[in-house]
Amino acid sequence: MPTLRHVDRMRRITSGVMTTTTALCTLLAVGILLVILSYIAWQGIGSLSFRFLIDSPRPVGEGGGIGNAILGSVVLLGLSSAFGLPLGISVGIFLAEVGTGRLVGLVRFIVDTLTGIPSIVTGVFIYAVLVLPMKQFSAFAGGVALALIMIPIVARTTEEMLKLVPHSLREGALALGAPQWRVTLGVVLPAAASGIATGAMLAIARVSGETAPLLFTAFGSRFFSHYLDQPIASLTVQIYNYAISPYDEWHAQAWAATLVLMTLILGINIIVRFLTRKRF
Amino acid sequence: MFARKRSFLIVVSLVSLVALTFLVGCISGGGGGTANGPVQLQGAGATFPNPLYQKWLSEYGKLHTNVKMDYQSIGSGGGIKQIREQTVDFGASDAPMKDEDLKSAPGELLHIPTVLGAVVLTYNLEGVTQTLHFSPDVIADIFLGKIKKWNDARISSDNGGVKLPASDITVVHRSDSSGTSAVFTDYLSKVSPEWKEKVGAGQAPSWPVGIGGKGNEGVTGQIKNTPNTIGYVELIYAVQNKLPVAQIKNASGAFVEPSAASVEAAAAASAATTPEDLRVSITNAQGAQAYPISSYTYILVYKNQKDAAKGKVLVDFLWWGIHDGTNYVKELSYVPLPADIVKRAEVKISSITSGGAPLR
Amino acid sequence: MSATTSNNLTVKGKHSDWRRVLSPTGNTGDAIFRVVMLAMGLFVVAVVIAMVVALASDSMLSVRRFGFAFLTGRQWNPIKGEFGALPFIYGTLVSSLIALLISVPLSLGIAVFLVEQAPHYIARPVGFLVELLAAIPSVVYGLWGIFVLAPFLRVHVEPPLAHWLGWLPLFQGSITGIGLLTGGIILAIMVTPIISAIVRDVLAAVSGSQREAALALGATKWEMIRVVLVNGAPGIAGAVILGLGRALGETMAVTMVIGNRPQISASLFEPSYTIASAIANEFTEATENLYLSALVELGLILFLVTFIVNGIARLLVWNVTRKTGGVGRAA
Repeated sequence: MPTLRHVDRMRRITSGVMTTTTALCTLLAVGILLVILSYIAWQGIGSLSFRFLIDSPRPVGEGGGIGNAILGSVVLLGLSSAFGLPLGISVGIFLAEVGTGRLVGLVRFIVDTLTGIPSIVTGVFIYAVLVLPMKQFSAFAGGVALALIMIPIVARTTEEMLKLVPHSLREGALALGAPQWRVTLGVVLPAAASGIATGAMLAIARVSGETAPLLFTAFGSRFFSHYLDQPIASLTVQIYNYAISPYDEWHAQAWAATLVLMTLILGINIIVRFLTRKRF
Repeated sequence: MFARKRSFLIVVSLVSLVALTFLVGCISGGGGGTANGPVQLQGAGATFPNPLYQKWLSEYGKLHTNVKMDYQSIGSGGGIKQIREQTVDFGASDAPMKDEDLKSAPGELLHIPTVLGAVVLTYNLEGVTQTLHFSPDVIADIFLGKIKKWNDARISSDNGGVKLPASDITVVHRSDSSGTSAVFTDYLSKVSPEWKEKVGAGQAPSWPVGIGGKGNEGVTGQIKNTPNTIGYVELIYAVQNKLPVAQIKNASGAFVEPSAASVEAAAAASAATTPEDLRVSITNAQGAQAYPISSYTYILVYKNQKDAAKGKVLVDFLWWGIHDGTNYVKELSYVPLPADIVKRAEVKISSITSGGAPLR
Repeated sequence: MSATTSNNLTVKGKHSDWRRVLSPTGNTGDAIFRVVMLAMGLFVVAVVIAMVVALASDSMLSVRRFGFAFLTGRQWNPIKGEFGALPFIYGTLVSSLIALLISVPLSLGIAVFLVEQAPHYIARPVGFLVELLAAIPSVVYGLWGIFVLAPFLRVHVEPPLAHWLGWLPLFQGSITGIGLLTGGIILAIMVTPIISAIVRDVLAAVSGSQREAALALGATKWEMIRVVLVNGAPGIAGAVILGLGRALGETMAVTMVIGNRPQISASLFEPSYTIASAIANEFTEATENLYLSALVELGLILFLVTFIVNGIARLLVWNVTRKTGGVGRAA
């Protein structure tokens, strides 16, 4: 019969084993990231230069850069965030705070389904709805397509984070006489801000790596784009085009562009985290 | 108070991001040929000639600074679809358009051949450094899965003196729809009745055996990284990645390696049977030196251009491309058109009109 | 107020649902707020319905031609015009399953480590790093997969698996490094940052009093962590569903390493094909109406698959939370 001491020891050993396992999991994930990053860096670091970041692309053999693609990606991210973040957060607020009964379940279910749609289907849908009628590829269409991909991620994360805010916070604010919208926007939302920021960052990171939807909507360009109703270059499409080409020089540029893209996302991540950090 | 300050900061940064976006792009009409603004032309289509077209656009742009031309490689089918929908000014496709597709276009579409390309057989075979030779029926049977081992008698009989290993052949084909697959299966359908019946020719055939790589690059990557593989890619991918290229027995019985000369020979040999609209398949051509898996790539333009300014630039560019543009063709491993095809393309280009008046 | 009610501040009474939604508190600011939020929610629903309608109408040609046989057909032959979706459904489900089997424990481990065990100065940067995995473009994942992961699996992982577990049909067949297993592993890597980041936030939001209570009762660290995990179960489920969505819809990376062969094989080493990959590979080039329609029908099926899988997941979560009597979220 297992003695108390024996049971105690087993529990402690289990605890030790599991905590070590979690540390190993983290090590594995970080390790994989470092492996991938070092491969990208090894392949692409040679092509990184100031000119590379400023120039527009040139034919093979003439160098060139990804300046227009960087600007294009920033514009597309800005557009998609402008559409996707408010919409996504609003849907999240609806699901967590405003909706009642079966409507909430239905909307949540539909938003969940939206996450599973391949990005290419979203791209084709926006192509049919925005590009064909305008007979024009445009940055605007690209932004909308990316926003559609962002919305479910932002909405669901917002909903989950809002639900995790303790009731006492809401009740306290209500007891002080604040109307519900004030409670939600002024108390609950800021309390869940860092969690919502996680959702936003995940969504931004996700769309920043998307190629397929942009191929049919924003299309791509060799030039610096000036107008939102014109095709626009983006880092992912440029990376894709270079990666599937036969030339080593373009391959190296693709890897270097990947490094730039990841730095961009890391930068946005740090800024957003800084802005939403808990100060108490 | 803290919450308000933080939310305020967040709102301010979001608004400034949006404002920045709008600053960068004011919504206004752009693209057409105004008197002062540059003429903008958009093209899309085949990935095969993309490096060449990028070079052409860049060089042409240097000579004509009031012209902004762009080309995106979204695939031959994409090029056909977009020119049909008129979201681009010119399309590009490796395989010529089918009759049904041509009929469904809102106007008459012209096929202007620009360069030639070759689909080559490439392989990764441990311990073998010599160039391998293949007969057409052997190739078909490898891709049908009937020849399974590298040291099969039919392969060795064409490669006397080469020690072939006894390992399984892993076939690598394209997983995505592509003009390259269309050309290769077109060739196989011509040389193997069994292939023609079982699989047929097309951009997305149902491959009996093998693994699929995405794009020429995917196939090249898989062959490079997996031993005992064989696959088909555009010539330039094999050259750039330093993969061995097989010699193939042509219709005249000679083993030919893919080169500018042999591909041009295939085009020249087929010139007599090339129809008036220049839509032709030149695989398995008859010439003595012809490389059997060659093909044209085309630019697709409407015969009647709606915008005269854009049309003029387009015509001028196409004319420049098949004449001056040939200076850049060989250095990028493409093959220039034979002389009589150039003449026929000239006729086609000269027939492009806008509002009734020819643009050239 | 029990903890399982929603956060809605409804006025109890004889008001109908509609009025309750609009302005339960009688405040105009509230009415506007609620209407705007409702409108946003309905807008998203409308967009999704529009997509489904567009998908359905474009696939009508294929549905009429093949009917139910499309779902059970195993042939995918664009040249001959025969289309069957079963291999794609199989590939999608199995690759996503493998991805989740690998990724969920991994992500939970990472989240637990970062929230419960790591000191703050480690947790912050490591958290960033794990999230950075989500920022890698899928094209890059695909390329890394072909050039690094597939050869690695072919040389170091699949032979031992075949050797020790080869009696299982899962690990038989030719070893090329390209196949269902590689696809599943790449998906797992892509999905892990999503699940772990969200679970991290979920666990962080579980109140400290839960932890202290468990420890005060003499729990070991791991047992305390278990309490926290149970507390966060609904949030974790939400994270897994998001990750699953990503896995089901991932296009570029998977198509480069899964071999793209429409076949159903028990072996994980064999190449396979997912719905998203098929659409990505063939949509741009398809010009015939039946072909396009068949591809669109594939997209519609993926929609349905996501529906069904989500439904099952929701049921499981509902079951779990019901049994544990709901989650205490007192401050």
